[in-house]
This record gives sequence, C-alpha cells and structure tokens, in this order.
Amino acid sequence: MKVAFELNGQPVTVEASPWKRLLDVLREDLRATGTKEGCGEGECGACTVMMDGEAVNSCLVAVGQCDGRTLVTVEGLATGDVLHAVQRELVACGGAQCGICTPGIAVCAAHVIDRGLVAGVDDATARVRVRELLAGNICRCTGYQLIVDAVIAAARSVQP
Amino acid sequence: MTGYVRPRDLDEALATRAAHADWMVLSGGTDLMVNANHKPIPTGILDLWRLGELCFVKVEPASIAIGAGTTWTEVQGHPVIADRLSPLALAAREIGALQIQARGTLGGNVGNSSPVGDSLPALLALGAELELASVRGRRRIPYSDFCTGYRKTALAADELIVAAHIPVPAAGTKLAWRKVGTRRAQSISKVMGAAVITLDGDRVVSARIGLGAVADRPIRAAAVEAAVAGQKLSEAGDAARAAMRSSIKPIDDIRSTATYRREVAENLVARFFAV
Ligand SMILES: Cc1cc2nc3c(=O)[nH]c(=O)nc-3n(C[C@H](O)[C@H](O)[C@H](O)COP(=O)(O)OP(=O)(O)OC[C@H]3O[C@@H](n4cnc5c(N)ncnc54)[C@H](O)[C@@H]3O)c2cc1C
Ligand code: FES
Ligand code: FES
Repeated sequence: MKVAFELNGQPVTVEASPWKRLLDVLREDLRATGTKEGCGEGECGACTVMMDGEAVNSCLVAVGQCDGRTLVTVEGLATGDVLHAVQRELVACGGAQCGICTPGIAVCAAHVIDRGLVAGVDDATARVRVRELLAGNICRCTGYQLIVDAVIAAARSVQP
Repeated sequence: MTGYVRPRDLDEALATRAAHADWMVLSGGTDLMVNANHKPIPTGILDLWRLGELCFVKVEPASIAIGAGTTWTEVQGHPVIADRLSPLALAAREIGALQIQARGTLGGNVGNSSPVGDSLPALLALGAELELASVRGRRRIPYSDFCTGYRKTALAADELIVAAHIPVPAAGTKLAWRKVGTRRAQSISKVMGAAVITLDGDRVVSARIGLGAVADRPIRAAAVEAAVAGQKLSEAGDAARAAMRSSIKPIDDIRSTATYRREVAENLVARFFAV
C-alpha cells in the first residue's frame, strides 16, 4: 500500500506492505540508516523514533500505522548544523562508545528533555528519573554513568 | 497482498471484524509485532491504533471507564486514575519501559491475556467489567469471566474490546499493587498482584486480591480473601500468608521455580496488609 507521512519535517511517500516494520522502511526504503536494529523485540530501544510526539520502538510499528503521522528520527534532532543539546552532551561527556545504542538514546533522551520530564528537580532525583525513563534503552558499552551525565547536563542547559 | 483497514469509527471497525474473521486486530503492536520480520505475514490488518472511540477516560461518580485504545502512558498520567484506581496506575508505570508504555494499550493487554499481563490482576481486584462490541450489539462481562484459560478469552470471533468499566472504591479503602521482577523496569513479572481492602477501623471487612504469574491465567486469591475477612489488620498479613501457602500451584519454568514463586507470592499477599 501507499503510505504517506512526515519524516523530520519533510513529506515522504513509500510503497510497502502495511506489515513491514517502520524500522525496515526507514533503513531500506528511505535510506535513513541512523535508526538501528538491536533486538527486534522491543527490549533494547536502539530503534527508538518519535511518532506523533511519543518515543516508540520502530521495530514494533507496522508501517501501515504511520500513514498521516509525524515521525522524527535521530537525523531530525539537529537544527541545521546545530546539534540537539543531548547530542552535544553525549559527545562532550563521552556517552557513546560503539554507538549502536546512541541514536535510540539520543531520541529518547531528547523526548525526555523536551517534555521537561526531568526539569525542576534536584540532581539526585533527576539521575534516578533519567535511569527510569531510559530503562528501555540498553547499552552494552558505557555502563550508563556517562549517558546519565550527558542527559542531565543537556536538561540543565535547556531548563536550568 | 496484505489487506489493511484503518476504520473511521467503531461501526466500520466492527463491520471489518465481522467480514474478515482471519485478519489481525492490531493496536499498539507491542505484543503482536515482536519479531514481526520472522512471523507469518497476516492476511489483513484491522488497525485500531488511535481509533477515537477507543481512546478515552470517562470519570463518573461511581465508576471510571477506560477505552481499550488508551495507552499505558495515558493511564499513568491521568490524575483521577492515579488517585482512585492506584493499582492500575502503578501497574501502567511498570509495563515495559517508556517506549512500550507509549504504544501498549489496555485493550492489548486484555486481548493478549497473558498470565503475566500486569494490568489483569488489578482489573480483577478492582472488580472491572469489560464492554465488548460486535455488529450484533454490545455486552458487558465481569473481567473475572473473560479469561477462561491459558491465553484463552471469552471474546467472540467478531467482537472487539471497547472499554473497561471500573467501580470507584469507597473512600478509605486500602489499595495496593506490587510487582516482583528481575529488575525495576522492562521485566516480565515473577509474581504480581493487586488488592482492594475494605476496612472498618482496624478490622478487615473484606478483600479482593488479584494475582498474576501464579497460574495459567490471572486469578482471584479466594482462600486468602476468606482467611482475612473479619481479621484485625495487624494479624491479616500472617493469615494471608498461611492461606496463600496451601492454595496456589505456581508455574515452574525457565524464569523461576515453582517453590520460589510460591514464597514470593506469600510475601506479596502478606505485605498487602502491612499497616
Ligand atoms: C519489551 C516489552 C516489554 C513488555 N513488558 C510488559 C510488562 O512489563 N507487563 C505487561 O503486562 N506487558 C508487557 N509487554 C506486553 C505488551 O506491551 C502489553 O501487553 C500491551 O498492553 C499490549 O498492548 P498493544 O496495544 O501493544 O497490543 P497489540 O500487540 O496490538 O495486541 C495484543 C493482542 O490484543 C488484541 N487486541 C488489541 N486491542 C484489541 C481490541 N480493542 N479488541 C480486541 N482485541 C484487541 C490483539 O488482537 C492481540 O491479540 C511487553 C512487551 C514488550 C515488547
Ligand atoms: S530493535 Fe527495536 S527495541 Fe530493539
Ligand atoms: S555505546 Fe555501545 S551499546 Fe551503547
């Protein structure tokens, strides 16, 4: 079927089976390969994208469900050459090693920050909250500490 | 070619369901889409995601209705559910993680009817009724009659789940929810359950307790409920533990042994009565 949606601010149309995973449509049909596959089971969060303003696992979305919706992937987080605060801080804090989890972490964390989900609380509370909100993003490399540092630093730079 | 219908309204959804009994009914896909690329391609998809008539929370004085399409993010974010139906709000917070909660729905958890479905013991304890619909009309059944066996339900081949209607517990009722898993988030329950306890001063008048992961389906802990009725709250925990010990046959699987599950279940029900 023909599926039309908005991807990172641009209208796109693809011809695909409605059952095809959004993840595969992004990577294969649209060559937007920033979004990664880890598990294909909803467990790891590497495939996280935003759909109508919510962070979702693109491996669990049938592309037919995307018709008429608004999607943002890691490619859409930056504004021109200016990275999203969380991308900048992931780089600055060393929150990425092999990088497989990083696009999903960046999208999920950007959602958490932009929604103000860790605003207005002290650092200790914010750290607990970030760990809970990012519990669906698994990282085999960093041990999470530096990722949490980056998310808090980014949140503070947006809403002190 | 896989058929695909995104209905404009519930009537079209029901007509499509009646016309295509072999089509997949897809909501948030967090059960159905797991490993989707290794699964057989469905003949057709009836897409209920964000269907307006299934996405609502309606608060009335005596009961709260929650549409089947309501996500766990929406359930936990609703102030009245958090306040009056806390076991369901707390269950919602522990279903998967943020991404799963944004897509997983009440109707999907009920439709999937897994013995480890986290909302199901809460629906049992709260005395929820389900509203089902088909082209033949609407009906209501108590949730306790809905799940009839291991992943078996009373849903007819042409029916859809529309909503859960949950009576609001009287003020002063003690409500509890607890899930035990391998980690705080994104884990399948070892044992979980909910309790709705009616008190008269420091005495338990009656209790409704729903448990999950201890049998082939979510169950009411009838022996525990009988054992605590009339007890002082301070003694009800021990009575609950003793009744639990002799009344369940938990599953023994790759995740945990039956002995472990039984012991955790005993502690869990005892804690519901903690003062
Ligand atoms: C990583 C991961 C973690 C998870 N963690 C948990 C957890 O901790 N606790 C838990 O309980 N579950 C968990 N789940 C399972 C799942 O997220 C929930 O069961 C969720 O509520 C399913 O909702 P859905 O809308 O995504 O269902 P779908 O996958 O769309 O559908 C599930 C079933 O319900 C049927 N259905 C859906 N809506 C209707 C309707 N209106 N009428 C009739 N039938 C309907 C479908 O046909 C299908 O059989 C997890 C899943 C994943 C992938
Ligand atoms: S690939 Fe989607 S959650 Fe792991
Ligand atoms: S950086 Fe390697 S998995 Fe996270």
